[in-house]
Amino acid sequence: MSTQDQSELFNGTANVGLKDTRSVDGTDTRAIPAFVFGEELARLADHDPRIVVLTADLARSNRATDFANRHPERFVNVGIAEKNMITMAAGMAASGYIPFAATFGAFAALLGAEQIRTDCAYPGMPVRVVGHHSGMSMGFYGTSHHSLEDLGMMRCIADLTVVCATDANHLRALLRLSLDHPGAMYIRLGRGRDPQVYPEVPDLAIGRAETVRDGTDLTIIATGSEVHPALQAADELAGAGISTRVIDMFTIAPLDRDAVLDAARSTGAVLTVEEGNVTGGLGSAVAECLFEAGAHVPFRRHGVPDEHVPVGPPAALYAHYRLDGPGIACVARELLDSSKGTS
Amino acid sequence: MPVTSTDQVAHLADRARFVRTETVRLTRIAGAGHYSAVFSCAELFAVLYYAQLRLDPSRPDWPDRDRFVLSKGHAAIGLYPVLADLGFFDPSELDTYTRLGSPFGDHPDMRRIPGVDFSSGSLGHGLSIAAGMALAGRMSGSDHRTYCMLGDGELAEGQIWEAAMSAGHFRLGNLVAIVDANQLGIDGFVRDVMAAEPIDRRFAAFGWQTHRVDGHDIPALLELFAGLPAAADGPPQLVVADTVKGKGVARMELSPDWHVGNLVGADYDDVLAELEGRA
Repeated sequence: MSTQDQSELFNGTANVGLKDTRSVDGTDTRAIPAFVFGEELARLADHDPRIVVLTADLARSNRATDFANRHPERFVNVGIAEKNMITMAAGMAASGYIPFAATFGAFAALLGAEQIRTDCAYPGMPVRVVGHHSGMSMGFYGTSHHSLEDLGMMRCIADLTVVCATDANHLRALLRLSLDHPGAMYIRLGRGRDPQVYPEVPDLAIGRAETVRDGTDLTIIATGSEVHPALQAADELAGAGISTRVIDMFTIAPLDRDAVLDAARSTGAVLTVEEGNVTGGLGSAVAECLFEAGAHVPFRRHGVPDEHVPVGPPAALYAHYRLDGPGIACVARELLDSSKGTS
Repeated sequence: MPVTSTDQVAHLADRARFVRTETVRLTRIAGAGHYSAVFSCAELFAVLYYAQLRLDPSRPDWPDRDRFVLSKGHAAIGLYPVLADLGFFDPSELDTYTRLGSPFGDHPDMRRIPGVDFSSGSLGHGLSIAAGMALAGRMSGSDHRTYCMLGDGELAEGQIWEAAMSAGHFRLGNLVAIVDANQLGIDGFVRDVMAAEPIDRRFAAFGWQTHRVDGHDIPALLELFAGLPAAADGPPQLVVADTVKGKGVARMELSPDWHVGNLVGADYDDVLAELEGRA
């Protein structure tokens, strides 16, 4: 059994980070979002007494331990009780705190959906629900642990800001921005193996997409863990003479419609890439935007099809669904070829 | 102005009557409303809001105020008149009850109604909210208490027990849960639909200090609430208030038919007369 295979036996505890720093596409990375979550919040909390962190028996997985060690008086572990965690966070928010409530994305968004809507978004509480180990990054843990529906579910909740972290520096920027952002947020993190896209902490604005690579023939709109492989795909396409724009649509709600429509106008074709069910998520949001604006360009939603994924290590699953760099490049070619065929 | 104990009890009984009559009046505006689940906790509202809670209606956001979470949010129609009566807002605003765009719906909205400490309506959430508030109070060094009113039927919601477990674990001595044990849900007696008893022993097993009281006995309620241990790092406090759903109106008492209802014509006048002691 390889090191990577062995690491799949652990659900994100210390063993994963220390033994295996490779990403799904084989990139070696030490700066990984889930692992800076606790550390960055601990640093921010040194100067901001409003910050509290809650988790549901996953402090070792999301590294809330880094926060707990530094600010034990502002750390709450509720045990395996996600609904109680999110609603308690709302109660704390009503008393002036900014709670970050973190657990696996599948449990945060699905188990806690009503608590997020009713107790956080509806009363406008500044709760930050953090869903980590998102998508199918849990690999062979199976359907119960995959979070493929969270973006679709969260983005249909009114007054809820939905963002995805792209890499460690991006997550730092999001956490800093979140402190003064009004209302409730859902923050989606990967498993903690997302290779670096941003060499420094970027200057972000929530609701404004980042163009991480410019191009003229096609735009790939990606989010979260799929931004890096989208860039790899763009490299590969460049080798074939296809100039590809890559947009990091890290805010799913509210969507940056201007960035979408400009991409359609100036590159003529749009491919969305997300690590989640294509029904309801980023691709659906972009499709709605394009169609409602009358921008009828060649378009394809790429992600996990509307099915429960098979068992397998994450790297194998990404390849299976063509969500790695080569796979995305392949899907992009299909899109461009089919548009030529129909024009 | 100081009042004698006897005067205070008479005053609170009058305020409980006011809760009931206002509920009848507001339900007529809406055309339907929750009668019986309000009538069971009318004395609890009166004792808590007029004798127990530390409040300042001129400062609804006062950080050191006591909090009240109405987990059984469908009793809001009985709470609104109390908040208006205390001065949180102009009582005339209540006449918009349930009209399009009114702040006052069947369940309370904290963003639109001064004095409502948290929005509620979906059952089973309130105790978690209150636990979060109690924890926040401890973190910030405030000595306020958080009170949470639950229904006994509501105890079937699983999140209640997540919250009960956490409050016991964190020893939230500044948290007071009150179960309005009015015995009835929508479909019938709680004991038949999904038994909640023994409520006090179940909470005790989660580390709570428990009390049981007649929820319509104003002197007993006053004594119990005044005698709760100081808010500190002790066990959370549970008050099981044994009540009668629909209390105060003969046709509504322990009748499943009046969870939601509407009184029309002579029935409306009869019930008001009964509540006001004119019947």
